[in-house]
Amino acid sequence: MSTVILLLVTGLGLGALYFLVAAGLSLIYGLMGVLNFAHGSFLTIGAFAGFELSRRIGDGSWGALIASMVLGAIVGMVVAALTEFLLIRPLYTRHIEQVLVTVGLALASVALFEGIWGTDPIYTAKPAWLGQTTLILGARIPNDRFLLIGCAVLVLIAIVVFLKRTRYGLIIRAGVENRSMVTALGIDVRRAFTLVFAIGGAAAGLGGVLSSVYYGYVSAHLGGSLLIFAFIVTVIGGLGSLAGAAIASVLVALLQQFANFYLGGTGDLAVVLALAAVLLIRPRGLLGKKA
Amino acid sequence: MSSLSTMTSPPPASTPLAPAARPLRRWLPLGLGVALVVFTAMLPLLNISVPGVFPGPTYTAGTLQLLAYAMLISALALSYRIIFGVGGMLSFGHALFFAAGAYGLGIALDVLAPASLPSPLIFALALLIALIFAFVLATVTGALALRVGGISFAMVTLAFAQAGSVMIRRNPGRATGGDEGLALDITHVPGALVGVVNTRNLFWVALVILVLAYLVALWLEKSRAGHVAAAGRENELRVRVLGLRPYLVKLLVFTVAGVLAAIAGMGYLLLQSTASPRIATADFTLTLLVIVVLGGVGMRWGAIVGGMIYTLLDQRLTALAGSRAVDALPDVLRIPLSEPLFLLGTLFILVVMFFPGGIAGIGKRLGGNKKRRTPAVSEVASDDQE
Repeated sequence: MSTVILLLVTGLGLGALYFLVAAGLSLIYGLMGVLNFAHGSFLTIGAFAGFELSRRIGDGSWGALIASMVLGAIVGMVVAALTEFLLIRPLYTRHIEQVLVTVGLALASVALFEGIWGTDPIYTAKPAWLGQTTLILGARIPNDRFLLIGCAVLVLIAIVVFLKRTRYGLIIRAGVENRSMVTALGIDVRRAFTLVFAIGGAAAGLGGVLSSVYYGYVSAHLGGSLLIFAFIVTVIGGLGSLAGAAIASVLVALLQQFANFYLGGTGDLAVVLALAAVLLIRPRGLLGKKA
Repeated sequence: MSSLSTMTSPPPASTPLAPAARPLRRWLPLGLGVALVVFTAMLPLLNISVPGVFPGPTYTAGTLQLLAYAMLISALALSYRIIFGVGGMLSFGHALFFAAGAYGLGIALDVLAPASLPSPLIFALALLIALIFAFVLATVTGALALRVGGISFAMVTLAFAQAGSVMIRRNPGRATGGDEGLALDITHVPGALVGVVNTRNLFWVALVILVLAYLVALWLEKSRAGHVAAAGRENELRVRVLGLRPYLVKLLVFTVAGVLAAIAGMGYLLLQSTASPRIATADFTLTLLVIVVLGGVGMRWGAIVGGMIYTLLDQRLTALAGSRAVDALPDVLRIPLSEPLFLLGTLFILVVMFFPGGIAGIGKRLGGNKKRRTPAVSEVASDDQE
């Protein structure tokens, strides 16, 4: 029983990371039809920015962690907005080329990170409490899982409130639904593009700092490895659906954890099989709109 | 979508051309191609030095190894171009089939090593097993992935490739060698293909594979299936309305490309004597994409030129990165310059943004042949949009 609970909470924690990456991916795809391969780089740059900051203002304290989370989100946001503005916007309506540009950016940026911070993982310190465990129903749960889950829930709520309660959120939701109609009504959707990139980048940057807490290190390949699972999550959840991304990220992470423990480390394979099954039974994903 | 692009599938011979120009038009490319192949085949016998490009004269093992590697990558890029350029399918899993060829052959040779058959037979059997394995893998993967189109297809292929990559790294039953890579068991490999002395034989094998890939790509593009695939790329709905089934044609294209990639993978294993897990990663497929787009999606030879240039740049930029001139620079310049992938990624972004036709497109533009427009990449594989 305690193993099940441990796996459950760990899976939720991992799912929180997946969600932070997949939320932006899904929104960007839903609104712009762009598969953003550079999203992993937003995460990595956020993680490195947070690491550099916390290293300077006192490693392992709560203040440093919170400051680095804020900085990671801001850096991710700025880099993502710049990417949209400089690279994606000139290629407006040329979807495949937009994807190609993000591929190029992903390759170049990972190489640059390797050049600056080296190829080996750099181990990070975290507040002592996060390294301890809490006893819940007989299971020793590492405390950092709670931080991850809490942050992901907050981000989910924030994005949902933004989408439902603000004017820009309305434009974004309408754009996902039917972009040409929004344009026809005289609303400049392109400003919403930058906004969506900024939101996705902020979530990814925050995810970067949190993943350095979860894994205990930062490396240039942090984003790339999470990105592939985030892709799978967005497809299973349904491209363009935020709720789908949230549900799918939890399901995928739980499946991965349980398969890893009970089926001898086959978690990654199980996820891919789940993806194949979803595509066979329901090609548009759990909550995706009809193609 | 504008007019049906005719770049990749030239109009049938009934196009009104001046009678005198027709034989020239038809035979000149063929003659040039044959001459190029013959010249390349003779490189190991010649002594040509191109300082800065090759590590040594063309008859040395190092240069031949580099060239053979570049040719195999070109063959692989050609097979990728069949999927991406002709079929309009943005696949992120092509590395899987290359790895299937390399690892399939390696594992088959390992398993068959104790068998008491004549060595040539075992080698042929291993080749056949790897080929069939790749064929089955490509068919199954394609059949599943092609149920969805466009970007979803890209993600599904990516997921399959990732699963393959993870399996290889996990080293199930000690078959794949994990992170170390799989060393080629040379017990039953013909002696002429083993060792540094025989690099030129491997060079010729690589050349044969490249020519084979080119001919298959040519045949596929000119065939009825190729035309249907190209038409499906432009407007799938219209193809369906005409009563054709793009699914099967796309599957055929996907499978042929997968098998070609596997053949290139076998050549890679023989050439490098070891298969590293790097060739199964998503990054490797991304490199292929970079190669094809750099070279120019519109032209077959674009993939070959792209493969050659990419491999040489990759090698030479690594040499540049280690050079003293770069070392002496301040950090701001030194760090980006010492990362070949950074330079290649930047170059790739610039090409996508400013030269949509790639290197082949630049050639066309300079040639002043403005009637034939190289299709921009976006005309490929965008059938899911709008």
